[in-house]
Amino acid sequence: MLNKLYITALFSAALCLGGFSALAETSQEKGLAIAVEADKRDTGFGDMTANMTMELRNKQGDSSIRYIRIKTLEVTGDGDKSLSIFDKPADVSGTAFLTFSHALKPDEQWLYLPALKRVKRINSNNKSGPFMGSEFAYEDLASQEIEKYTYNYLRDEIQNGIDCFVVERFPAYEHSGYTRQIAWINKAEYRPEKIEFYDRKNSLLKTLDYSGYNQYLNQYWRASSMSMENHQTGKSTLLTWSNYAFKTGLDDGDFNRNSLKRAR
Amino acid sequence: MQKLLLRVLISALSLPAAAVDMQVSGNIDAQWRVFLHDASLPEQHDSYASASVEPEFYFDLGNGDQSITFTPFYRKDQYDDERTHADIRELHWQGVFDEFELRIGISKVYWGVTESIHLVDIVNQTDAVENIDGEDKLGQPMIRFSTEQDWGLLDVFVLPGFRERSFAGIEGRPRPPFVIDADAAVYEHADKENHMDYAARLFNYWDNWEVGLTYFTGTGRDPESYVPSAFNTLGQPIAFAPFYAQIDQLGLTVQALIDAWTWKLEAISRQSAAQHFTAFAAGFEYTFVGVNESSTDVGVVIEYLYDERDDLVTSPTQPAASPFQNDITTAFRITLNDIQSSEVLIGLITDIDDQTVAAFIEASRRLGDSFKAELELRSFSNTVPASPLDAFRDDDFIQLTLGWYF
Repeated sequence: MLNKLYITALFSAALCLGGFSALAETSQEKGLAIAVEADKRDTGFGDMTANMTMELRNKQGDSSIRYIRIKTLEVTGDGDKSLSIFDKPADVSGTAFLTFSHALKPDEQWLYLPALKRVKRINSNNKSGPFMGSEFAYEDLASQEIEKYTYNYLRDEIQNGIDCFVVERFPAYEHSGYTRQIAWINKAEYRPEKIEFYDRKNSLLKTLDYSGYNQYLNQYWRASSMSMENHQTGKSTLLTWSNYAFKTGLDDGDFNRNSLKRAR
Repeated sequence: MQKLLLRVLISALSLPAAAVDMQVSGNIDAQWRVFLHDASLPEQHDSYASASVEPEFYFDLGNGDQSITFTPFYRKDQYDDERTHADIRELHWQGVFDEFELRIGISKVYWGVTESIHLVDIVNQTDAVENIDGEDKLGQPMIRFSTEQDWGLLDVFVLPGFRERSFAGIEGRPRPPFVIDADAAVYEHADKENHMDYAARLFNYWDNWEVGLTYFTGTGRDPESYVPSAFNTLGQPIAFAPFYAQIDQLGLTVQALIDAWTWKLEAISRQSAAQHFTAFAAGFEYTFVGVNESSTDVGVVIEYLYDERDDLVTSPTQPAASPFQNDITTAFRITLNDIQSSEVLIGLITDIDDQTVAAFIEASRRLGDSFKAELELRSFSNTVPASPLDAFRDDDFIQLTLGWYF
């Protein structure tokens, strides 16, 4: 609600300024407008399930594979709810994460450890920590809400033959591991093609490349492959998505502590 | 191997394989325990090898709404006949309905938030021969009703059938200087191990605060005292049987997440015919995320432990004491966040009154994709006679476990 008001206020401010000069959209306003449009186009999917294979590679070329199933419930007016269930490696099979994400309020996250039958609340100040030893931080995999960043449109650029907006975004939430990110947003479809992550010293840390986009329900674009490369360590992680399904009939009852304990 | 097990199980249960979706997982481990001092008793040994198997068979009876889970467990120990034991950790049917869940059969339940002691966790009996940290549990027969509503998560348990705590045998280690004959258990209630127990838990959370209220009534899981069960020719007791009293126990868990701090409280009030006492554990875990710009997290765990009961007991026939009557736990949790999920927990539990120190290290690391190595160290120093920990004064040990997961 507050977030909506905030955005409305920004737009009103933009309109007022527009009164003085029709060309006065600032780079911040344009950056925000791109994020708002991208969010609008991805609204209404209801729920989603997918399988994810996570391949971790180090500099020496050794690799290790994780299998994870993900269920997401769209929550209007707040961040999404999600449940991630680990199938491999076998020693963590049955381990599951339940996340209630929020725009600026810290996410709520619980971890289920099947060996002890224990549900542990996770302190969300570990946002910048690696997810399961991968090059993806928790914050990279969290639901992307408009209010999580402030924006600054930089330029238009052709990226891999695709006409893109290049938008800089600055985390507005606490405990981020980044000073800023630079996102290449597909102009036609408003989907990310590439994101660069800059660490707390503002040095380039990682690059995320999206590929193999498919459109679902004639609206929602999902990448089948997301490759994250860490420039400082030489390590990389490749996410391969499959079995995307939308509007499968999930509801709040599939995203609570009881469903976390019986997730499989 | 897995396929063979599957076939054996299918034929054993006469289940048509096509009708249900079955998943098999689990682990097999080999374990070595090496004691660092000479045994205090002539029957004991300096090192023990053992191996265990714990497969889990899961049958989906339809879209996950109804399922059967079967988890048998078996450990073979080189010397200790009591640590060689089998248990059904789980064998239950579970049904998920619109407003509630129902589980009937043998199962495990965990209650609690603190790291060094598990006061509130009372539904399952401790499998004390597996480890002395109280985290291994025996399967408990139960009917569990659970509903998650706006006002909270409510679990109600009917617990028919009591599980006797496992105790190390004559050749086992660590153990007290006398033998505890688990099978000779003595009960306060005439129904003995068939007494019907009840438990409930109400849990809710508000932003960064989580509160749980628990209640248990029935046969206490901790032996309240021990009674002589065998005598030598001079009439002196040489073995004791655990005495299980009827208890009522109220429990409270509170957890608050404030920045990098996780504040924790567990408290209980337990009443029996012979005792009424309170105990609590309270403290925090503070986590330094990504120390030195690495991906390593370091958590500092400080917990204060209080128990109204004395920590000294001069005879096993007296009501049980708690070694953690006025103690402080100081521990570090180092999480490398690497591909192998390497983790170390290292700490001390120090008695403020008599300076007894119980030290522990628990480390684990995945090897390849399906093996895991675990190293554990426990040591007890400065123990005073009559403290429950004094029985472990010569029983410092290192334990190495290699597990294969499938």
